[in-house]
Amino acid sequence: MPCSLGETHENGLKPDTCRYNGRMHITLNGHPQDCADDLTVTQLLNEAGYAGRRVAVEVNHEIVPRSQHSAYALRNGDKVEIVHAIGGG
Amino acid sequence: MNIKTHDTTDTLVIAGKSYRSRLLTGTGKYKDLDETRRATLAAGAEIVTAAIRRVNLGQDPNAPNLLDALPPGEFTLLPNTAGCYNAVDAVRTCRLARELLDGHTLIKLEVLGDERTLFPDVVETLKAAEQLVADGFDVMVYTSDDPILAKKLEHIGCVAIMPLAAPIGSGLGIQNKYNLLEIVENAKVPVIVDAGVGTASDAAIAMELGCDGVLMNTAIAGAKDPVLMAHAMKLAVEAGHAAFRAGRIPRKRFASASSPIDGTIG
Repeated sequence: MPCSLGETHENGLKPDTCRYNGRMHITLNGHPQDCADDLTVTQLLNEAGYAGRRVAVEVNHEIVPRSQHSAYALRNGDKVEIVHAIGGG
Repeated sequence: MNIKTHDTTDTLVIAGKSYRSRLLTGTGKYKDLDETRRATLAAGAEIVTAAIRRVNLGQDPNAPNLLDALPPGEFTLLPNTAGCYNAVDAVRTCRLARELLDGHTLIKLEVLGDERTLFPDVVETLKAAEQLVADGFDVMVYTSDDPILAKKLEHIGCVAIMPLAAPIGSGLGIQNKYNLLEIVENAKVPVIVDAGVGTASDAAIAMELGCDGVLMNTAIAGAKDPVLMAHAMKLAVEAGHAAFRAGRIPRKRFASASSPIDGTIG
């Protein structure tokens, strides 16, 4: 599985796990990330460890339905949000 | 002797679905997910709220999460828009929730005004409610205790009106009986007190006023023994609702003897 997250994320994603040179920049959950060109949402979720987990993904404020994750290629400058449900009142 | 104390047709109906429990619970502020689940079960809650938040990248994605503790097959999840201060963010959050929960449309709309009071921003709430209803959501709306606004939200198409009894997390209890009463008497959709309850008697008072349910989080999660308080709240909501249905006696200024006067000796 290719890893394309090229910057150390402040929450702990490590640059040394990356095999690809980052060529594209995205913003993932508010943090800048380098990633491989044409990375799909499915590949991004795989790398972040969220493959098969119950999450929702939004790119540039638009929902990317689960059925489209594998076909949806990210583009330079995309703002990506991965969310889940947590305790709240 | 068969005393009918429970009417099985007496259910809380929200967006066409019937619920036996009139106590809705939040899932925040618990010590851990085990306590969350135990308190939720003790409350007998069928509808439980959840917040939608960014995943913590870099942390263990396989750590147990809320939906493992409270699976959507066992409970009706009520995603909220807590933390949203405008209609745009609230609508966006609801769309994420719908995607997250496979097309689920029941949501709790709350658009807050400021951090100090956590009072609703009613202008943004109305805006968001209109958009969400148009987009096919079943909107349970957190609002101020304003009867006029409650009516407007109902006319927009909200499926439940959820006025505060006091500020969120304050535990001050029912501060606005007459406003709540006015909202209850004029509503054709369920009215659920959302926010302000501190202890069991507060929940009972809300139900005695004729509210259709109570939603609470801090009053349970913040108690010394959350599971025991959840149990107390369950009893209080049931007791208050039964008392409302039974019809209380009118308040009188002077005494009225309980024993017959006729046949007294002397």
